[in-house]
Amino acid sequence: MKMTMTQKIMAAHTDQAVYPGAYIHCDLDMLLGNDITTPVAIDAFQMHQHKEVFDRKKISIVPDHFTPNKDIASALQCQKVRRFVQEHKIEHYFEIGEMGIEHALLPEKGLVKSGDMIIGADSHTCTFGALGAFSTGIGSTDLAAAMVTGKCWFKVPEAIEVELIGKPNGYVSGKDVILKLIGILGVDGARYKSLEFTGEGISHLSMDDRFTISNMVIEAGAKNGIFPVDEKTKAYMDANHLDYPIYEADEDAIYIEKITIDLSTLEPIVAKPHLPSNIEKAAKLNHILIDQVVIGSCTNGRLSDLRIAAEILSGKKIKKGLRLIVFPATQKIYLEAMRAGYIESIIEAGGIVSTPTCGPCLGGHMGILGENEKCLATTNRNFVGRMGHVTSEIYLSSPAVAAASSLTGYITTPGGNYGEGL
Amino acid sequence: MGKVYKYGDHIDTDVIIPARYLNVHEPNQLAAHCMEDIDFEFKNTVKVGDVIIAGENFGCGSSREHAPIAIKASGIQCVIAKSFARIFLRNAFNIGLPVIESDCAYDEFNEKDEIEVDYGKGWMINKTTQKQYKVNPLPAFMMHIVEKGGLMNSIREER
Repeated sequence: MKMTMTQKIMAAHTDQAVYPGAYIHCDLDMLLGNDITTPVAIDAFQMHQHKEVFDRKKISIVPDHFTPNKDIASALQCQKVRRFVQEHKIEHYFEIGEMGIEHALLPEKGLVKSGDMIIGADSHTCTFGALGAFSTGIGSTDLAAAMVTGKCWFKVPEAIEVELIGKPNGYVSGKDVILKLIGILGVDGARYKSLEFTGEGISHLSMDDRFTISNMVIEAGAKNGIFPVDEKTKAYMDANHLDYPIYEADEDAIYIEKITIDLSTLEPIVAKPHLPSNIEKAAKLNHILIDQVVIGSCTNGRLSDLRIAAEILSGKKIKKGLRLIVFPATQKIYLEAMRAGYIESIIEAGGIVSTPTCGPCLGGHMGILGENEKCLATTNRNFVGRMGHVTSEIYLSSPAVAAASSLTGYITTPGGNYGEGL
Repeated sequence: MGKVYKYGDHIDTDVIIPARYLNVHEPNQLAAHCMEDIDFEFKNTVKVGDVIIAGENFGCGSSREHAPIAIKASGIQCVIAKSFARIFLRNAFNIGLPVIESDCAYDEFNEKDEIEVDYGKGWMINKTTQKQYKVNPLPAFMMHIVEKGGLMNSIREER
């Protein structure tokens, strides 16, 4: 008893005693690597003369960062990954054409589900917490060790309860909720801890909203961010014909802190350079002129994100001279957005649409910033130099704010009345 | 013994090694760009045995193991900070870059001070001011991984 949802899932994956602070080894249901982190894991795997992976069906490799290969060096890294995947017959490998950004792709393919214990060599692996799974980012050597043993060590985290109440207004979305939370906690306020979402407000959040929220808990330093399983979660997983266990926190679960956010009072929020915690109401930033808008990424490249953007852009033209770059997160989302007419609305407005890639979010390719340029992005980090030149600046927002701002050329709140707010 | 490089709070892995250099993963190639977005001269002046001292949440952001790899390949013997982001902490231990949590180091050392550290015995000395400080021992679980020479060696033994 007295266990949080995270601790319950850990306990179901180990024989060891689970209590905050305990070091335990857990069995894993899914491991994830990408084209940047997997080559380092392969080196570690091979250097120690390991011959076989523990389970070729429990490893997902998604080359999504510097793909389609941005240069020769990136192509060589992808070749190294491809050879490893072929040698070990790893089942879940997604070449361009069937790929997507890993954290959007795995739920879409039904490869992760509630109750799972998941690690990924990418910090935004925490995204899958939206499904009621334990999911966290680790490094390449952890991935290599887990590919051999099927296990990973964890320090059982203490928990912070995040109670969501009320119903969000107008264009307020999951992005505004998580930026608000990071603003409250700071970029290390949840360090080593789990964030456990509770409250009736969750019922007003779509699965896409929840993925966005869980995706960015790492920006508050959290180990994971987990949602309870409700009818929306079940419907999402049922669509993939999954069998899934459901874990719930004990009523007397121990939380070291409780934060309550009333969704009905939130307004569209922007994180200013150079930390995701540096938040401000979007309405107060209409003096910030922007050179580029990026809509997409593992945070906000899902179908509902593209729909909101397309609705705002539909029939209008973006500010002349501004660059609008839109990235559907997966091939499926891309196709659905095309069939729904979203892609057409975006292109007619003057934006461009790219194949799925992490690309500009981490300053890789497809939209790198020059000297002193300002970008408003629906991505997840606005650190110094993250998207390009060391003097460039990144503002983070929802797709609604990003689309509205691309029409005006400055940070703009899409229509609506937002009450008291931040 | 080495000299101190001192940085503030929330030093993220994007500035430790910018993603534009992650199209390769060979340690010396990464070290050639280590810290360059906040300290362009670091890569030119760092010597084997030097130490990084920082504030809160060192290594936050991306999970890229390239960050501790770049620091280690630069010659840095250990990183001392008020606190570390959790993925960076794991990665550092897993590849054998010692990291030390210390409340006092940030206030007691200045940039370029000479430092000597013995994490086994549990002390560090500021040779510039001739003051000695205690270093907290590692949790036994983590010490085991360090003693085995990193995570891959420790799992070899367990199998």
